[in-house]
Amino acid sequence: MMELWTTYGWPLAVMLAQIGVILGLVLFFVAYLTYAERKVLGAMQRRQGPMTVGPLGLLQPIADGVKLLSKEMIIPSQAHRVVFLLAPMLTFMLALIAWAVIPVSPGWVLADINVGILYLFAVSSMGVYGVIMAGWASNSRYAFLGGLRSASQMVSYEVSMGLVIVCVLLCVGSLNLTEIVEAQRPAWMQIMLLPMLVVFLVSILAETNRSPFDLPEGESELSGGFMVEYSAMAFALFFLGEYANMILMSAMTTLLFLGGWLPPFNIEALAFVPGFIWFGLKTAGVLFFYLWTRATFPRYRYDQLMRLGWKVFLPFSLLWVLVVSGVLVFTDTLPQ
Amino acid sequence: MASSALLSEYLPILIFIFVAGGMSALMIVASLIVGKQNPDQDKLSAYECGFDAFDDTRGKFDVRFYLVAILFIIFDLEVAFLFPWAVSLGAIGLVGFWSMVAFLGVLTIGFIYEWKKGALDWE
Repeated sequence: MMELWTTYGWPLAVMLAQIGVILGLVLFFVAYLTYAERKVLGAMQRRQGPMTVGPLGLLQPIADGVKLLSKEMIIPSQAHRVVFLLAPMLTFMLALIAWAVIPVSPGWVLADINVGILYLFAVSSMGVYGVIMAGWASNSRYAFLGGLRSASQMVSYEVSMGLVIVCVLLCVGSLNLTEIVEAQRPAWMQIMLLPMLVVFLVSILAETNRSPFDLPEGESELSGGFMVEYSAMAFALFFLGEYANMILMSAMTTLLFLGGWLPPFNIEALAFVPGFIWFGLKTAGVLFFYLWTRATFPRYRYDQLMRLGWKVFLPFSLLWVLVVSGVLVFTDTLPQ
Repeated sequence: MASSALLSEYLPILIFIFVAGGMSALMIVASLIVGKQNPDQDKLSAYECGFDAFDDTRGKFDVRFYLVAILFIIFDLEVAFLFPWAVSLGAIGLVGFWSMVAFLGVLTIGFIYEWKKGALDWE
């Protein structure tokens, strides 16, 4: 009996505790990202943002959560009930499970699998299913059009995101996220990857349906896109999923380009700060970029969006894969 | 035993999937219980600027979405092919490099054809 506990019970308990910590942290940061977004947007438009609930409005996310929980859940009579409820659950679940492979600091990761980046790419691709299911199941014109648009937008930008990741992999030679960070690329390699960072930053905006690429939910024409029929917690799950995806994509940018938990530019004097703080600061920086673009740019038109994805980013990142691999092959600097 | 060690790395992910799925189901159920449900016919009709919906939504839609999906499959397969190539380029050297250049060349010709045919336009 004791043996059974030490071989199976204890590791399982540790695993569940780790999962609990990850879920708790992700949900906490998602809640306060919504608060940060409203504060930042407020500051950029010279107003206060939320400030009534609690000191400085700090309890606002909790109040929002309680409100959404107590609202009536409307399931349209024409909708496919099962798929209608499955869609937000799937979106939310996918946004959470990606965090299983994100290393926050050396060794601070639930599952240090050797194909971490592939897993991340796969999970973030599956986000399309939640959108398509919601759009189809709602049986409403706005939702259907929003779902179609959103799906084709997400798959369009996924291609260039994949090519950007290939460029990074060429310089690192591993699919493991910890090794990608620890690879310590020389400065010229980082400069070579800089255009890819720009492509990646724009693509993650489109991939998470954020402004200026938030056409799927463009209020002025589709009134809410694929989530127009959702209310109460089903809506909240979409909402939380979107913000969890934003944090996830920022974390991915940090791991792929910004050196994860290593101090900026590898300055030795800054190494006393623990790694997870650097990781958090860099991720927060990318998140601020998200909010900044939302406050700054007007929405794209749909044909402009598709042109940018297929006629600019795709050929450019494809070319850059060849440039990076060519440089690495002919200067004999490939990772072995 | 090596394969079971490899699989056991994925066990936390499997458990995570169950926990996350259970949590999202719990949130939906909690909302159904806590929220006061008071449906009526108008509330449950599809949202449509004041009209009743004329017909079922799941009908015809623009063929371009379909075209995007097909293009996506081609290029996503290519990306899936590039992943292992990128990781092992150090081991396969010049031969590996030039064969991928040839492959990408063929693909680029197809891409140019699509472009000239107008498959990438959205007018």
